[in-house]
Amino acid sequence: MLSRMPSARGSRVRFLVGLLLTMHGFFVAPWLVANAPLEKTMGIVQKIFYFHVPCAWLLMLSTFVCAGGSLAYLFAGSERGDRLALCSAELGVLFGLCVMVTGPLWARAAWGVFWTWDVRLTSSLLLWLMLIAYGLARRYGGAGGRRLAAAMALFAAADVPLVYISVNLWRGLHPNTRTVSSLAPGMRLPFFFSLAIFSALWGVLLALRMRAEHSQTRLVELAIVIEDAEGKSP
Amino acid sequence: MARRSWIAQAARIAWKDLHIEGRSREVVYTMGFMAALVVLVFSFAFISGQEDAVGPDAVAGILWVAVLFSGTVALSRTFDRERESEAIRSLLLSPVPRSAIYAGKLAATAAIMLLVELLLAPLLTALFSAAIWPHALWLGLLLLLGTIGFASVGVIFSAALLRARSRDALLGALLFPIVIPVLLAASRATAYLLDPTAPDLDPALFWTRFLAALDVVFVVVGLWSFEPVVMGE
Amino acid sequence: MSDRVLRLVNVGKTFGRHRALADVSLAFVPGEVAAVLGPNGAGKSTLLGLLSTLAQPSQGRITLGDAELSRRSPLRASIGYVGHEPGVYGDLSARQNLRLFASLYGLANAELRIAEMLARVGLDGVPREAAARTFSRGMLQRLALARALLPAPEILLFDEPGSALDPAGAAWLAGELQREREAGRLVVLVTHDLAATAAIATHIVVLRRGRVAYDETCGGYSADEVRAIYEEATRGKA
Repeated sequence: MLSRMPSARGSRVRFLVGLLLTMHGFFVAPWLVANAPLEKTMGIVQKIFYFHVPCAWLLMLSTFVCAGGSLAYLFAGSERGDRLALCSAELGVLFGLCVMVTGPLWARAAWGVFWTWDVRLTSSLLLWLMLIAYGLARRYGGAGGRRLAAAMALFAAADVPLVYISVNLWRGLHPNTRTVSSLAPGMRLPFFFSLAIFSALWGVLLALRMRAEHSQTRLVELAIVIEDAEGKSP
Repeated sequence: MARRSWIAQAARIAWKDLHIEGRSREVVYTMGFMAALVVLVFSFAFISGQEDAVGPDAVAGILWVAVLFSGTVALSRTFDRERESEAIRSLLLSPVPRSAIYAGKLAATAAIMLLVELLLAPLLTALFSAAIWPHALWLGLLLLLGTIGFASVGVIFSAALLRARSRDALLGALLFPIVIPVLLAASRATAYLLDPTAPDLDPALFWTRFLAALDVVFVVVGLWSFEPVVMGE
Repeated sequence: MSDRVLRLVNVGKTFGRHRALADVSLAFVPGEVAAVLGPNGAGKSTLLGLLSTLAQPSQGRITLGDAELSRRSPLRASIGYVGHEPGVYGDLSARQNLRLFASLYGLANAELRIAEMLARVGLDGVPREAAARTFSRGMLQRLALARALLPAPEILLFDEPGSALDPAGAAWLAGELQREREAGRLVVLVTHDLAATAAIATHIVVLRRGRVAYDETCGGYSADEVRAIYEEATRGKA
């Protein structure tokens, strides 16, 4: 019943991947972004887009991964699914924070206000709130907290399209949702490169966080084994 | 043993809750009082100067905020009755499908909430001279759909929170982010219906349909997830 | 009555970082009163929770006859459970409570059965409309027993049944358990009361820190024997 021991080779691979990612994230991506053409009306401010959009995408991805893990936990009793759900919800809260910081910055520069009830910003805010609520349910939900949180993740995932539609019509606005495909050709490479780097960062963080949770589970199992050994020979 | 149908079992559980409520009337009174207070609090906050009326948008918003807050009270009280003396355990041990328990609790909670809402709507007319009568039936349908949407999520969360110490504080915090689309759809549709100057009711129709679709999604997820959520580890 | 054996094979249960049961293998046969003893935190209530199907074992399996007991199992209809709390609705009268559960179990001739059960637990004299909330602890315990017996379950589980009863009530309950055993039911009870155990148990299980420390079947223990078994099995550091 004991979980697998994390291997030494695994940690070397993780180190290399991390190094590669750091180099690309800290040197290549900024260089690409800096050399991308300036947007005509917004100028330099638009560059936050390369940061903001990938974070928003990862917030959404986290929600769905969290729901997937919760599904496996609720209906198949998968502990791994539960760990995946927890870790991705945490990352969702983190990347959601980036969205909530960069969104208003952009809004201030572009429209002169910190917050607009723009459909994508508002939907992101609601998703973010749901993931925070997921964390609250897990931490303070008592004996049924893990299951409650898993149910919340399912409702949150079901909510994503509903939130988007309702917020969109609530404002009565029909903003252009084809921002990405209408990107100037020179902006595409830096944008997709940032997207890839951020996604890879999310993946690595998820793997590390999952590993930490896994180690903790294993530690508990070992503690029980030791306790049993002591219990047998009083 | 005579096996009863799923519907009959769900109805039996709903009837049990309504019967208990009929004896004590506690939830209706406390929830009704709470809802009326929310409406009054908003009135004091919104109405100023010589102006006596607020716009249909504000009335719709006040109505639905009152429904949400008082609904939370109703949920926590109906589930307190399951928790006291562990009656929920007897319910879960009976051979009734757990989805029927969910449906029964949902029906009973929604019925109790609706009863209070039916008293709340005339109060709004009295206070803000809101025009509820031209579309009274439609408004009733909206109240029904909005209440089901709210309670379908609320029943699951309340059931899962039975053993949490801070359940009353948590319920609203966990429930509101999920039911925001319900609030949006219901209050927008209500605002259109209450607005005598509205050129046409197409938006209200759209929101009503949207709310119905939302209910279907939430109830399906609820029926499906109640059993794994409510059972212990 | 059926003669299905309730069997636990290498059952373990962990709650997060805490292991409540480890490697528990037991067999309970119909027609016995099995007493599960042990100090606080030994895993007695957890064991009962697993047997009631309301909790799932983390390891191992629990079977009744050839069928596995699980959360969704319809077998839960053949298990009666009486816990610390009576498990009835305080706002309903005794009769209304029983009517509700009779209908949920789909019992035929419910009214007759309810009247029979109320008479049996001595609640036939209470006012018809009195809400269970107004009952004393002892009366609630009787109502809980009536509720558990209503569908004539194969297995009866009790979690410290005597704790809410006065000595007369406890003696009455012991008589009822005896009667159920003679009717061929399996009775499993978790208790701290060694003297009461001695009077009725035919099978004694002692748990210690989540493990089986003693498991023997034998008719009629004396109070001293039970105490000796208990002390022997739970000796050492707790």
